[in-house]
Amino acid sequence: MTDFATQLGFRGLTLLTFLPIAGAVVMLIFMRKRPSAYKATALITSIFTLALAIYLAAKFQTGTSGFQFQENSSWIAGLGISYHLGIDGISLLLILLTTLLSVLAILGSWNSIKDRGLAFFISLLVLETGMLGVFVSMDLFLFYVFWEIQLIPMYFIIGIWGGPRRVYAAIKFFLYTFVGSVLMLVAILAIVWWYAKNGGGLTFDILTLQKAGFPVSIAAWSFAAFFIAFAIKVPMFPVHTWLPDAHTEAPTAGSVILAGVLLKMGVYGMIRFCIGFFPQIAVRAILPVLILSVIAIVYGAAMSLVQPDMKRLVAYSSVSHMGFVTAGLFVFNQQGIEGSVLQMVNHGVLTGALFMMVGFFYDRTHTRMISDYGGMAKPMPVAAAFFSLFVLGSLGLPGLNGFVGEFLILIGTFQYAKVFAVIASIGIILGAAYLLWMYQRTMFQQANEKWLTLKDLSAREIVTLVPLVGMAVWIGLYPHTFLNFLHAPAQNILSQVQPYLAEHGGGIAHLAATLFGGN
Amino acid sequence: MQNYVWLIPALPFAAFVVTLLLGRWWIKAESHWIPILAMAGSFGLSIAAFIQIRGAEEPVIVRMWQWFSVGSFQVPLAFQIDQLTAVMLLVVTGVGLLIFIYSKGYMHGDPGYYRFFAYMSLFAFSMLLLVLANNYLLLYFGWEAVGLCSYYLIGFFYHKPEAAAAGKKAFIVNRVGDFGFGLGVMLIFVTFGTLDYTGVFAKVAGGAVGHNVLVAIALLLFMGAMGKSAQFPLHVWLPDAMEGPTPVSALIHAATMVTAGVYLVARSSVIFASAPAALLVVGIVGTFTAIFAAVIGMAQNDIKKVLAYSTVSQLGYMFMALGVGAWSGAIFHLVAHAFFKALLFLGAGSVIHSMGGEQDMRCMGGLARRIPVTWITFMTGALALSGVFPFAGFWSKDEILGKNFQAGVYVVWFVGLVAAFITAFYTFRMVFVTFWGKETRSDEKTCALIHESPKSMTWPLILLAVASTVGGFIGLPGSFGVIQRFLEPVFSRASDILGVAEPSVGTLDIVLMVVSLVVALMGMGLAWLIYVRRAQDLPQFFGALFGPVYRVVYNKFYVDEFYAATFVRVAVDGSRSVWHNFDEKVIDGAVHGSAWLWQNWGRVVRPLQTGRVQNYLLGILIGVFVIVTVVVFL
Repeated sequence: MTDFATQLGFRGLTLLTFLPIAGAVVMLIFMRKRPSAYKATALITSIFTLALAIYLAAKFQTGTSGFQFQENSSWIAGLGISYHLGIDGISLLLILLTTLLSVLAILGSWNSIKDRGLAFFISLLVLETGMLGVFVSMDLFLFYVFWEIQLIPMYFIIGIWGGPRRVYAAIKFFLYTFVGSVLMLVAILAIVWWYAKNGGGLTFDILTLQKAGFPVSIAAWSFAAFFIAFAIKVPMFPVHTWLPDAHTEAPTAGSVILAGVLLKMGVYGMIRFCIGFFPQIAVRAILPVLILSVIAIVYGAAMSLVQPDMKRLVAYSSVSHMGFVTAGLFVFNQQGIEGSVLQMVNHGVLTGALFMMVGFFYDRTHTRMISDYGGMAKPMPVAAAFFSLFVLGSLGLPGLNGFVGEFLILIGTFQYAKVFAVIASIGIILGAAYLLWMYQRTMFQQANEKWLTLKDLSAREIVTLVPLVGMAVWIGLYPHTFLNFLHAPAQNILSQVQPYLAEHGGGIAHLAATLFGGN
Repeated sequence: MQNYVWLIPALPFAAFVVTLLLGRWWIKAESHWIPILAMAGSFGLSIAAFIQIRGAEEPVIVRMWQWFSVGSFQVPLAFQIDQLTAVMLLVVTGVGLLIFIYSKGYMHGDPGYYRFFAYMSLFAFSMLLLVLANNYLLLYFGWEAVGLCSYYLIGFFYHKPEAAAAGKKAFIVNRVGDFGFGLGVMLIFVTFGTLDYTGVFAKVAGGAVGHNVLVAIALLLFMGAMGKSAQFPLHVWLPDAMEGPTPVSALIHAATMVTAGVYLVARSSVIFASAPAALLVVGIVGTFTAIFAAVIGMAQNDIKKVLAYSTVSQLGYMFMALGVGAWSGAIFHLVAHAFFKALLFLGAGSVIHSMGGEQDMRCMGGLARRIPVTWITFMTGALALSGVFPFAGFWSKDEILGKNFQAGVYVVWFVGLVAAFITAFYTFRMVFVTFWGKETRSDEKTCALIHESPKSMTWPLILLAVASTVGGFIGLPGSFGVIQRFLEPVFSRASDILGVAEPSVGTLDIVLMVVSLVVALMGMGLAWLIYVRRAQDLPQFFGALFGPVYRVVYNKFYVDEFYAATFVRVAVDGSRSVWHNFDEKVIDGAVHGSAWLWQNWGRVVRPLQTGRVQNYLLGILIGVFVIVTVVVFL
């Protein structure tokens, strides 16, 4: 897709990806000792990046399934590695989410980082470049480089600016992810090696490899390695235990980005590689993935129910919500896939917002324990109102965004096999229970004397939250704007798996149907 | 109609936004004006729609925009106006308007005054959306939204732990019902490929769908109805919901929201008529709930709790009607009940207001002379609820009992009759204990302050009393029934499927009417005997006679305790146990174990690093030997 701007040599995706790091360099060189200057620069940089992302979205052609704004130049020619960028509707939505949350994360931690602020904001910008790089890469090597790059600032954000158990959390986060990275690297080398050996030439190009048609022997193991790597990132049950610790110990901005964007990279990887490279294996994995997904939905919700710490509660709720995302993806129908991708955006908006709000409360009270709160609606009515909106979105109230994604996923799952939709719906009941229970114990009931003098949200904090409210309502009432980007990519995924669905997926669906009465 | 229908829900919504944003800092004590005017506007437009839709064979569809458009899953945001919607619109906006006006006096001076009117407006919007929806998903939208408003308004006095807990309980219990409703919506889509009423009903009537699927759909929808309309065993949230301000109880928990379940079943009459097994379940649940809740109502001392259980019981009557396909009978009772139960709640509110917030009837008494307007209007409501000729409840309840008798389900008729007896008893127990007697059983300070409520409160009472008195005449039996004929186009298809006979008035109807009237009078008489005539000794006598039974009834058959000991306990304790024993011990244990393994592997291997070149050389030699062996011999 070359439009007018690219013909003029406008490399939109390169600019988008490296703009944050350029800002970081400027901060590092010119503003070492001036907090207000480097904070402003960080904010402005992220706003420009967001603006650029919106510009790309406006230029994006929704009707076509191909990758757009492609840039392709040779990088390490000897190894078949190229600097190949491009996006489809799925990457575009995740880019919009990333750039939006980056702005808000910077704005939200304006005053809460007291120590080594310069390093913190630089880390956030480097992180943004890493995340954007993951979503625009069309070369496996490039993808892997970005994937690893974003690990480092995140590791520091948790390990330096985190809570009391930050070192434990950071190492756990690193180890878990590292296991995944190693597996992914092995899988990447395996498929590239096989492709080269079988006459395709040495290449890391994703689109080329997608057409390779790997034999089952190599595909099965590579699928498994990729899948484990991404499942850790999502995280799926039972490799989720890094998440509550990492979320809880990370500073607010870290939690927002972690929950808002990093988890989505796992699902994104599944779409691009597990399904894109190995559709014939993906359809065989439907049943196991669905089982793990509904376990995650109910299990995550059950864990949330008994968490005494607000951040841990929200963290476990992510496990539950991401269970919906993986379930929707692997039922392989239009509603499921589109719901799944939209739900990633929704989860980013809502969970990002919830972490942001917990952070705002923490800045005032220095506690995250639910039992330390109570009656916060009295001193902080505006905060309570915002909080309730995000809680309601998160528990899937129609009219807000969470419902749209969740319902599409449920409709998709229901069509595949009813039993999974039924179990997933139990997660929705529990969702209402843990969220409202938390809300009741923190915002309502007798006001805690200590908190009666607390100040309500500041203008800056309100500005941080308003875009998220806007997104929640917009997607809730008029999801068309966003789903429009997903029709073509969803059909693309379907066309990849279609030839095998009848063969294997259909077989499993048939099995499920005989077992559980699906259709 | 196309150009103004959207305003009916939009006006309250605008009132909500404006009041919420400006109420706290700007409008403050004048926050009632915008919502009241918006409600009046919606009421006027509803009347217009009501007149225009009269006699129309086909519903009017007003499309706003496409809500979902994903592959075959197409759901518009569109409104449908037919006669059923028109009736519901009038009830919601009409009764709603009166309650809004009443609230101006009742909530006066409350620190959350603006918040109250904002939420009430949001509720009105949601409820109107619910009845205006043209498809099941939009209905579900309104359905969840009214539940949300209910949550907010029950927990309005959020600093009270009971209020906050009651709001949460209401929402979660409703979610249990909505679990079924949601799955029902999915099953409808998968079965019919659409969620629009017209499309779905056409396909059902076309007979293209298997009977079992229809039963499943109907039962799943009914599960939602049971939650929203507080039918056993999901009734537990409604009595607790009385923690909310009294106008909320009147509007949401008596007149409108709790009847949404009845509306849902009536709206889906074609599906239910094609699934007789489901219809049977509806009838059984309704009948059981009617008598079960009435029995509990006999033993409550909180005036609002009596009314709450009464509402649960009366909703049971409505399902009792639906169970035999008396669709318009159910809607008739819904309308009549909206009048007299809103009246009773507002009257109770006026009593509570005059008593300085006291809700325990044992601390009342002798109020008839002190607050005469409240007394007379409350009395009207009580007569209507008890089913005394010619008040509204007499006609509507009789319609339900009569239809069940005609359908030959004499058991249901008989149980309904017994429940009617109990209803009359608890209603007049309430009247006698509250208003009768010479003195008020309260401290001097409270007694001295007893006063009639302001005009903004008494006028709605008077208007509702009038409606409760003459409202029944819209539903005279047989071919005289105005409301039955008005609703005919909506229900004709379902009635055809069921083969419900043409109504006619014979001597049988007259006999049945007399029987139920006599039963009602007997219930009132018993109440009089116990609480007025022999007030000194009879309660103790009955107390001694039925002691253990009374305790069980007083404790509402321990349903809440049962849930707490089973579901809640399993969910919370079970989750906690899994968290500590599985998440922390097994999974994290494995993670820590492998970390430990690596660390200790280092400790084991470390001695090998001796720094002596000889040792290393030896190692290399052994290595080469192994590799060569492997390569050569394998």
